[in-house]
Amino acid sequence: MNFLFDEDQDALRDAARKLLADKATLEAFHKHMEAGSTHDAELWGLMAENGYLGIGIPEEFGGAGMGALNQVVVAEELGYCLAHTPYTASISGAAEAIMLAGSETQKQAHLPGLASGELIGTIAYFEANGRHDAAGMQAQVKNGKLTGTKVPVMDAEIADFAVVSAQDERGALSLYIVRLDQPGIKRQSIKTIELHRKLAEVQFDQVEAELLGGQGSGAELLDQLLNRMAILVAFEQLGGAQRCLEMARDYALERYIFGRPLGTYQGIKHRISDMYMRIELARSNCFFGAWALNSSPEDLPEAAALARGAACDAYEFAAQENLHVHGGIGFTWEANCHMFVKRMRLLDALLGGRMLWRERLFKALQAKAA
Amino acid sequence: MDFKDTPQEAEFRAEARAWLDANAKLKDPNSSEGFGMFSERENPDMIKRAQAWQAKKADAGWACITWPKEYGGRGGTVMENIIFNQEERRYETPPNVFGIGIGMAGPTIMTHGTEEQKKRHLPPMARGDIIWCQLFSEPGAGSDLAALRTRSERQGDEWVVNGQKVWTSGAHYSKWGILVTRSDFDAPKHKGLTYFVVDMESPGIEVRPIKQMTGGANFNEVFFSDVRIPDTNRLDAVGNGWSVAITTLMNERMSIGTGMNLAPADAFDELRRLAESAYLDGAPAIENSLVRNRIAEFYTRLKSLELTGYRTLSYISRGAMPGTESAVLKLAGGILLQEMSAFAMELQGPLGIEHGADASFNHGLFQDIYLGIPAMRIAGGSDEVQRNVIGERELGLPQENRVDKGVPFKDVPTGA
Ligand SMILES: Cc1cc2nc3c(=O)[nH]c(=O)nc-3n(C[C@H](O)[C@H](O)[C@H](O)COP(=O)(O)OP(=O)(O)OC[C@H]3O[C@@H](n4cnc5c(N)ncnc54)[C@H](O)[C@@H]3O)c2cc1C
Repeated sequence: MNFLFDEDQDALRDAARKLLADKATLEAFHKHMEAGSTHDAELWGLMAENGYLGIGIPEEFGGAGMGALNQVVVAEELGYCLAHTPYTASISGAAEAIMLAGSETQKQAHLPGLASGELIGTIAYFEANGRHDAAGMQAQVKNGKLTGTKVPVMDAEIADFAVVSAQDERGALSLYIVRLDQPGIKRQSIKTIELHRKLAEVQFDQVEAELLGGQGSGAELLDQLLNRMAILVAFEQLGGAQRCLEMARDYALERYIFGRPLGTYQGIKHRISDMYMRIELARSNCFFGAWALNSSPEDLPEAAALARGAACDAYEFAAQENLHVHGGIGFTWEANCHMFVKRMRLLDALLGGRMLWRERLFKALQAKAA
Repeated sequence: MDFKDTPQEAEFRAEARAWLDANAKLKDPNSSEGFGMFSERENPDMIKRAQAWQAKKADAGWACITWPKEYGGRGGTVMENIIFNQEERRYETPPNVFGIGIGMAGPTIMTHGTEEQKKRHLPPMARGDIIWCQLFSEPGAGSDLAALRTRSERQGDEWVVNGQKVWTSGAHYSKWGILVTRSDFDAPKHKGLTYFVVDMESPGIEVRPIKQMTGGANFNEVFFSDVRIPDTNRLDAVGNGWSVAITTLMNERMSIGTGMNLAPADAFDELRRLAESAYLDGAPAIENSLVRNRIAEFYTRLKSLELTGYRTLSYISRGAMPGTESAVLKLAGGILLQEMSAFAMELQGPLGIEHGADASFNHGLFQDIYLGIPAMRIAGGSDEVQRNVIGERELGLPQENRVDKGVPFKDVPTGA
């Protein structure tokens, strides 16, 4: 047993952090917000160039074949600096879906492009009625043509294709690959509290849809995909939470109140210690998730829910309390605190919040006990 | 990273399991003997059973797995220790009364003792032949341990000790104790302390039980009247007692913290069984989504404790100093058990107020935990102390302004 990352991952982390510290600064982030840009294209290009996008993608499909243990390291660093890239949608989402369910041809057609960053993919599984289960799904594929609406879809405006869940003729759920440059597709961006990552409603009207995975196996595949994404996203959350902790600590050291550093007051010190406690506890669950993702599929349902639940909790606490520790300045647009609060909410919302994942965990435990 | 056994570890686990199978009975999940956290004063029979089990383990090489062989251990690895503990908890074993010795006094003697002191004290400690207690806290010195005033005065080759200790767990069945005293009242608070090991049968030591909120009496007050301690029982230099005490306290946190990583898991199995049999508003509680959500939340937290425990031990096995992870474990574990036991009692409806082995649900386990857990949040460094440790040592936040530093101890203000 070994419950820690190895030197390889530590080295990867150092390298990624260095690159991101230079390129993905919070100042740059502010600029992107003001400009309303879809993503930081320069950073995306650099990440591709350095091989960070293809870490989890096998070598025969243009990736580095380094597996999930290395992939999560990058996800965590991206979360730490709030990277403004389509990583979550394209790599944690679309690439995972194609690796999970794609045929040899589909993998050849998509994975090399995703790894090189030239192709951007996304996941479209949720609908305006608030459902993504088979019974509530309205998107439908008839004779190979998809009709329906998905919302919210991350990075839809810049994505080349989406992995879409829809009912087939027999009412069973299947996954499809849908190119987004077809006539009959409308992408309408939606307003959200997170001002960087762009979300959209996507309407499909009789567009070509290519089956991904077995006919009727969509529910099962989506379930597995959500587990995989939950673990990758949990590392982004962990990175963000860690950054909030460091921001709060730094501010508590630098700000003087009543003649002494803010951090000497236990009301503040203990709050920051609690941030640390929750983050470290969540980190352990995330490690377990990374390991399950890498090499223990039978543990995935439980491990994913454990990582997700703890990471959502830790990030919410850290982002909110960091803002609070900053006082009035924390509430301003100028300060960086609110951007973490908003990213935290985005990552919470994307895959459904804790209530959903706790129910999923409960079911995983029941299944294990049976 | 790999959460599964290597082939060697699997072999070790099989060996441990084979030995445990031959020497102990697997726990019967339907007849929990009860957790009994601080519930009753330990009777001599229980102590004898605990000692017999420890001796059996030691003789077969399963006690103090990470200790060197010459001191009564196995010379094994941290991972082997984790594996043995994981296996042992599946069996019915007597309560462990050796935590203060093996978890705290042992590592302190290992770090600060002379070779003679190690050879003399460690092997019988590992075998459970000699049980140890911790004589640290006093009426005026708990979290602020360095405020202690039990006085030690040197007379030739001996020291004469006078004063009072309090909350001394297990003093009534311990043969030896670790003791911090003040040998210099003119020195600043942290400089005038001297640390001893003391034979509890020495003339002048009087042990009186203190009854706890559980109704039991596991701790005591201990009075010292002209107790003579040979200088050979001093650990480390005169006046250096604080740094020795810090070693003990760090190991206490480690041992409670990492010991804590599995306690909620044991209670969780019971919680699930309870939810399966309890009813809420006319329907099985297990079908209620609030109940399911809460149970999943507890499970998420207890897994994070378990995994953090292993992660901490992994760091240490790589040669890192025990850091503040054990503060995290102790802090989070106490809060989790308190919430879990309250939730379980709520699930029991009006019967949640029952107490004792004949209670309708879980043989009264959750009431036992509920009554015992406040102590977990106080003893061995309270929640607030752990938060200070994390904030100051891990995160580098400054200490509060202190008025007790740099002045002679006798001039430090007291409430009295
Ligand atoms: C069941 C049990 C067994 C024990 N066994 C032993 C034993 O075997 N040997 C032994 O020596 N001792 C033992 N203790 C004593 C234990 O270590 C002390 O109770 C503990 O250190 C707290 O000290 P205190 O009781 O004096 O409380 P105090 O230190 O007076 O604390 C009172 C309150 O103040 C808070 N507080 C204290 N310092 C600070 C601070 N700096 N900032 C903010 N808040 C603070 C505490 O968290 C607590 O809430 C035991 C205690 C219990 C309950």
